[in-house]
Amino acid sequence: MIGPFWITITMGVTIGSIGLIFGTIFGQDLHAFLPFVAAGTIVWTMLATMITEGCTVFVNAESIIRQIKLPYSMHVFRMVWRTLIVFAHNIWVFVAVVVLFAAWPNSTMWLAIPGFFLIVINGIWMALTLAIFCARFRDIPLIVTSALQLLYLTTPIIWLPDSLRGRHAFIYEYNPLYHLLELVRAPLLGQSPTLVNWEVGIILALFGWAFGFVVFARYRWRIPYWI
Amino acid sequence: MASILLDTISVHFSVYDASARSLKKTLIASTTGGRLTTDVKEHVRIQALTEFSLQINHGERVALIGHNGAGKSTLLRVLNGIYEPNAGRVVIEGRTVPLFDMALGMDPESTGYENIVLRGMYLGFSHADIRKRVNEIAEFAELGSFLDIPVKTYSTGMAARLAFAISTAIEPDILLIDEGVGAGDAAFMAKAHRRLEELIARTGILILSSHNETLVRQWCSKAVLLEKGRRVNMGPIDQILAQYHSGLVVQ
Repeated sequence: MIGPFWITITMGVTIGSIGLIFGTIFGQDLHAFLPFVAAGTIVWTMLATMITEGCTVFVNAESIIRQIKLPYSMHVFRMVWRTLIVFAHNIWVFVAVVVLFAAWPNSTMWLAIPGFFLIVINGIWMALTLAIFCARFRDIPLIVTSALQLLYLTTPIIWLPDSLRGRHAFIYEYNPLYHLLELVRAPLLGQSPTLVNWEVGIILALFGWAFGFVVFARYRWRIPYWI
Repeated sequence: MASILLDTISVHFSVYDASARSLKKTLIASTTGGRLTTDVKEHVRIQALTEFSLQINHGERVALIGHNGAGKSTLLRVLNGIYEPNAGRVVIEGRTVPLFDMALGMDPESTGYENIVLRGMYLGFSHADIRKRVNEIAEFAELGSFLDIPVKTYSTGMAARLAFAISTAIEPDILLIDEGVGAGDAAFMAKAHRRLEELIARTGILILSSHNETLVRQWCSKAVLLEKGRRVNMGPIDQILAQYHSGLVVQ
């Protein structure tokens, strides 16, 4: 009966417990804090999944790559599509939180759509590039997982950016993933993303794709040899 | 018109992330396998194909003959476009279809019907095309209502039947077959054999890598003899098989 919505339930439980525990610890108003945690966690999960699963795309597709000539990017897109489907399940947790707390977003929420595309565009080059490097060096996935764990804690997802005001703000301000996250989270919470958020997102996409393109063009033919 | 041209291609693999020394030992200890060299970074390097040239025209049925590790499978993968050679030129005209691992791309959690669609799409059918062929494939596999339940519940033989039925529903210009292609019980084997023969008859070029000499003689008119990644000879099947056997005696 529940089927694929177990994904939604799991995410709901995670967000509910994080929101309640950290909200209480930090003495936050749950009406503002739970929507913040919900939007942040859901968007972060999507981005982080693209990055971590990107590492294993080619390695996991080994048997197919070694037998059938298909565009290598197809394996990446397959993973990205799967991540988007999971996102489509998770976003309902945010909707539920919004309804529960009557935290209705205003018309700025439509800005989340271009922001969302910018995250996906960035996620694709990250996944593609990591997939190539990880095919060659098998310890990269471990490094990436640890790095993401660290970034999860240093990015304002389960704590409000305001709590690191002043000279400690650099901890997240120099983190490009924070700016990507803001592109979707801020509009969902009724705020407009800052100009810096947009700039980081767009520049990251341009340079990332240029870099990814060069890496792909140069090393693509080595992929079947490496896996 | 299908055609294949390989112009002095070379393929070598660097073996990474294994202790080079122990792997070297393992590989040298065995008498089979390609030539071994070590590249600058001390990686063990396997020279799978060396300055290999080959021309095959439409209508030719060619067998690849050689020891294990002579480079037959690597050659098939080059022909399939999977390995881009380190050096040399590859010109292939026509749609190449591999019959390497029959069970490729089968998802054990999905039903037989879903797997027909999935694997069909891997083999290059469009979604609409494969839908049209589902019935024909299902009929050939003779699995009846089992096609409605997940493949993980199948016996090995049943899964092999299904895989075979899907894999042979193709229309290739160039058909690449690696080693034994078999499926299921004796009755089904006979049927499978007939279907494979029909498939081969429709195909522009057949490349067969097999140690089964009866099969090789039956399906191929020419053969290429490979040894340690080099092309030793190419010619009529009987001549090449004789040369292969004389080589065995000398060793």
